[in-house]
Amino acid sequence: MRISVARTVALLAASTTALAIAACAPPEKESAASNSDAAKAASVADLGGLDKLVAEAKKEGQLNVIALPPDWANYGEIIKAFNTKYGIKVNSAQPDASSQDEINAAKQLKGQEGAPDVFDLGGAVASANTALFAPYKVATWDDIPAALKDANGTWVNDYGGYMSIGYDSSKVPAPQSVADLLKPEFKGKVALNGDPTQAGAAFSGVVMAALGNGGSADDVSKGVDFFGQLKKAGNFLPVDPTATTVESGQTPVVIDWDYLNVAQGAKLQGKMDWKTVVPSNAVVGSYYVQAISKDAPHPAAARLWQEFLYSDEGQNLWLGGGARPVRADAMAKAGTIDQAAYGKLPVTSGEPVFLTEAQTAKAKESLATNWAKAVG
Amino acid sequence: MTVVTPHPDPVAPAPGVRPVPASRRRTSLPGRDLLGVVPFFAFVVVFLAIPTLVVVIGAFTSDSGGFTLDNLSAVGTSYILEAFGRSILLSAVTALVGAVLGGLLAYALVTAKPDGVLRRVVTSAAGVLAQFGGVTLAFAFVATIGLSGFVTVFLQDNLGINIYSHGVWLFELPGLLLVYTYFQVPLMVIVFLPALDGIRPQWREAAESLGGSTWQYWRMVAMPLLAPPFLGATLLLFANAFSAYATAAALVSQGSPIIPLQIRGALTSEVILGQQNLGKAMALGMIVVVALVMWLYAVLQRRSSRWLG
Repeated sequence: MRISVARTVALLAASTTALAIAACAPPEKESAASNSDAAKAASVADLGGLDKLVAEAKKEGQLNVIALPPDWANYGEIIKAFNTKYGIKVNSAQPDASSQDEINAAKQLKGQEGAPDVFDLGGAVASANTALFAPYKVATWDDIPAALKDANGTWVNDYGGYMSIGYDSSKVPAPQSVADLLKPEFKGKVALNGDPTQAGAAFSGVVMAALGNGGSADDVSKGVDFFGQLKKAGNFLPVDPTATTVESGQTPVVIDWDYLNVAQGAKLQGKMDWKTVVPSNAVVGSYYVQAISKDAPHPAAARLWQEFLYSDEGQNLWLGGGARPVRADAMAKAGTIDQAAYGKLPVTSGEPVFLTEAQTAKAKESLATNWAKAVG
Repeated sequence: MTVVTPHPDPVAPAPGVRPVPASRRRTSLPGRDLLGVVPFFAFVVVFLAIPTLVVVIGAFTSDSGGFTLDNLSAVGTSYILEAFGRSILLSAVTALVGAVLGGLLAYALVTAKPDGVLRRVVTSAAGVLAQFGGVTLAFAFVATIGLSGFVTVFLQDNLGINIYSHGVWLFELPGLLLVYTYFQVPLMVIVFLPALDGIRPQWREAAESLGGSTWQYWRMVAMPLLAPPFLGATLLLFANAFSAYATAAALVSQGSPIIPLQIRGALTSEVILGQQNLGKAMALGMIVVVALVMWLYAVLQRRSSRWLG
């Protein structure tokens, strides 16, 4: 078998091309972004005022956000409003990603044009990754209660809510308590938003069930037991609820944050009477966390985004999505809050429970070992 | 005597086919011959060897970066072991059911005209369906027999049958059994057909002219010849189901009953953090399971080749 020179060359070319393609990772751009003035600014004053920040951000022209579903706390509207106001293009990646996915993306895309600029995280993921955040204090910093922010501005709580039961009132009677969900009228109808060993909302749903089932924040096993009973009764629906499943009637009852259920009801107005109730004496609250990425490819736009979110306009937009913005009390005092939206928030009865870090850690351990057993 | 051409069989050489002796006189440098294989090797290194190394190293790495055996001992916790058990059960059951059903279907095809319409249609359909998996397949089942799927609704409205009276099994392990079987059968048809094609009618005629019954022919001629490719195909089906992820991920959202879903949880959970390396340890466990099955297959192969000797 003779191999001609031409064929050798062709083979060589083919193999090196294949190698080049296989071994080719996108080149890291050592952008000037991480060394710009904006990247070092810890407040708008550091840059010489808001106008300077706006000018810098417009120069960048883009903002990368991640894991912001348009129907979650009104993010669709917020992104639109930001874009209209400043003419900055918002690239929204992986709207359905989890908080951990956001952190993974920041690490994997570090130094690249597409890396996330800002985060919206669950508390647990945020406190485990503070090294990735750039400290920044928004202009309205003093309005935010001290318990809901890091003293250096590394992270700030943004909006919160209470665990609730959303239901299609044409299909099921109004549930007053967690225990009501065990009634035969709810057979095959009760869904939980996610797997509690993976998603923060579902985790808090189990805590709510624990409080309503004789447990406490220190002992969530009663919550796992409750879902076990719910499954035994045939009431538990192991489907991940989305706007689509609610609209098509596949998930007539959804345990989720009140702001998500309220937004769902607003969206379906005229098609379905989707109501939201926070069960009595099982009120579990939680705030999400805002932070700026230390390696943001658009550091000025990232800071402008924060200023926008914590301005009266941004806070009222969150409120319009049924979420309780972190400056709500201060804005109510100052009279700048959107009263109509504020009045629409579900009524709660009983003392709201916020889990401490120690309680959360204990609850997770119990869930990891017992959840799959209860519903698997 | 017609000339037998070797079949492009991915699993085993077709029975009755002798491999062509590969002793050809080399006139060129061996290095030059290897050139053409370089892209393949490069591909294998980048997409198989390196990921495997990452998994193995990660399985023994702690969160702070040091050496640890904690991840491996965590794989021994009850809920992960149970998920392994369910994964193996799901893969074994769907592989066996798929192998038997697919084998029968392939046999029926062999008896049809070799270049007839029926055979061509079924083999192309099998080719498509064997690759029909993931989110599309899950959605197809949800739309058909999901809670508001049209078959479910039809049965409920017209015949009063509620297929979910005992719980919504489609989104749990029984649902996975059904959906996995759906792509296992056509895959079996594809990989087993060449082996069946290798069985020549002349052998049956020879057995009959020597006074053998049908049973004897199957027991002494066809079965020993078909056993190795059948086992090989079943093994392929097992690995296919064992590693399938997207279909399960799209269907099951609660409880992560099988290992690929547990790995997903370990990598992306926003509730329980710092489990990335536990995920890698579970992946290492999957590699071990497949290696064991391969070893078992090799032993069976050796046993069955004795019948042929």
